Amino acid sequence: MTRFITSSFSHLILLIGILIMVVPVWMIFASSTHTSSMINMNGLQMFLGDSFYENYLRVLLYQGGFFKEITALKMFFNSFIMATGVAILSVVTSLMAAYALVYYRIKYATLLFWIIFITILVPLELRIFPTYSVMAELNLVNSYFGLIVPISASAIATLFFRQFYKTVPDELLESAKLDGANTWRFFVDFLIPLSKTMIVAMLIFMFVFGYNQYLWPLLVTTSEQYWTVVMGLKMMSGSIVHRFAFVMMSMVPPILIIIVLQKYFIKGVFQDK
Amino acid sequence: MSFLDLKNVTKIYPNGTKAVHETSLSVDEGEFMVFVGPSGCGKSTLLRMVAGLEDITEGDINLDGKLINEVDPSERDVAMVFQNYALYPHMNVYNNLAYGLKNRGIDKETIEQKVNDAAKLLQISDYLQRKPSMLSGGQRQRVAMGRAIVRNPKIFLFDEPLSNLDAKLRIQMRLEIKKLQQKVGVTSIFVTHDQVEAMTLADRLAVINNGIIEQLGTPIEIYDNPKSLFVAGFIGSPQMNFLDGNIKNKTLSAESFEIKDIDSDFEGEVKLGIRPEHLSQSENSLINLKVDLVEQLGSDNLVYGQLKDKKDFCYRCPGNLTIEKGADLSLNIENNKYYIFDKSTGKRVN
Repeated sequence: MTRFITSSFSHLILLIGILIMVVPVWMIFASSTHTSSMINMNGLQMFLGDSFYENYLRVLLYQGGFFKEITALKMFFNSFIMATGVAILSVVTSLMAAYALVYYRIKYATLLFWIIFITILVPLELRIFPTYSVMAELNLVNSYFGLIVPISASAIATLFFRQFYKTVPDELLESAKLDGANTWRFFVDFLIPLSKTMIVAMLIFMFVFGYNQYLWPLLVTTSEQYWTVVMGLKMMSGSIVHRFAFVMMSMVPPILIIIVLQKYFIKGVFQDK
Repeated sequence: MSFLDLKNVTKIYPNGTKAVHETSLSVDEGEFMVFVGPSGCGKSTLLRMVAGLEDITEGDINLDGKLINEVDPSERDVAMVFQNYALYPHMNVYNNLAYGLKNRGIDKETIEQKVNDAAKLLQISDYLQRKPSMLSGGQRQRVAMGRAIVRNPKIFLFDEPLSNLDAKLRIQMRLEIKKLQQKVGVTSIFVTHDQVEAMTLADRLAVINNGIIEQLGTPIEIYDNPKSLFVAGFIGSPQMNFLDGNIKNKTLSAESFEIKDIDSDFEGEVKLGIRPEHLSQSENSLINLKVDLVEQLGSDNLVYGQLKDKKDFCYRCPGNLTIEKGADLSLNIENNKYYIFDKSTGKRVN
């Protein structure tokens, strides 16, 4: 009986926690399906209205911005390119950096690694001036490349991959060598498949990181053509229901990527064990 | 020149440790050579130098008439079985076997045939689609051997491959390795610290200590005729008994007995070695043993006890003799089978 009470009590706390997180989101979603005059008169709504298609379609296709050059659809496209680019590029560079640090006979490899690692202490905001000037000199302002490259070196991902490689037994490398694998083949045939689950985890992490960027895209793009979703959240004008609809839609890509990749993530974990 | 030739091979690690001292050795084609020695004696280092996994500090290694000092391991055409098998955890058994062949650009049908042949030979055909994590220790061992066999290399290298198996399986795999090697006929080097493994597997045996080959020969030669104190103590189970002694005018006095007319001109401090199995009970005895403990193995009894001066001593007798704890035994050395070593250098002197 006491067990029932304590477990009900902890469930109650959990339920309250969930409600605190979910209710505001639900209210935004419910409100985004009403007309704006309804919201203006009656405040936020708890129940669904019947303007869902109308509102969402309008937001997606409406020509916004100061020069009316950008639609929400294009922002999603830009954000997707940027987030995917950051995710793939940072995972690839970290994989290769960790490989070199662990397997090549580099003098002071540990020191080099810690130098890479302390870049965590230097966030983009701190180095934004020099980074911008480099991008400007390379003529990469207002380009996808300029959006992606400066935030695509991840010390954390390098740390994870390095620690993982260090646990791979040396015999595996030696055995592969005797089987005729060169350094590149060992990387592709062994380390990448073995770190598959970690790669997926890092892809999710870096995708969300890239998607959430606000300050850097704001600085490096002057053309509305390159606006991203997170910038759009700030720049969006229009009626309240349309902004709510846009907020709801902006949450979809990160959630989607987690749902889609988590399947592989879990599959990978269980297959190897 | 023989098939594998090591000439004055030396290994010095960057920190200055000398693991292998100017070792010279030849292995004939099809021969099963075993390196045996205590851990840290340099036997694995020597093997890994043949494989190309360790640089050679000095000296030459020739394989099949070709100098391979600078040849990359992947080009040496050697196959190695590691202590922990080093199977590829993310590949199934088939791909574990096929990987080396794929890297050599062999076409698919040939690979399939070779893999299936090797799998049949090792009786692992049923597991080809499984991952290594789903196999038992013995099966993994077979896969590791299959990976070596399938490539048809010039030489097999075994680095203590049986030490992760339980005792029963180890004996079984030992037999299988020997049979397999005879069937396939590939030159092999096997590294072990277990002298029973060494004795049973080897065509020839190299006893290594402190980076030096102490003695090289067939197992029986080494057992019958150890050239140094180390070899005498290392080969043979239970270990040879050693007694301190002194030689003067061809008479050896040790403990409480004397042996006259020994076959040596050496004079001075010596160690007398007697194998437990070269003793028998008799009336006019040399050695008096007070029994502390009897280990009954069925076929044999191992009798442990002490001599007059409290020195530990072991005697091996047939299992049908009953010997009680606390008994006094009078023992004689059969057929003068004793070994005398110079106490200061450890060299055999008789």
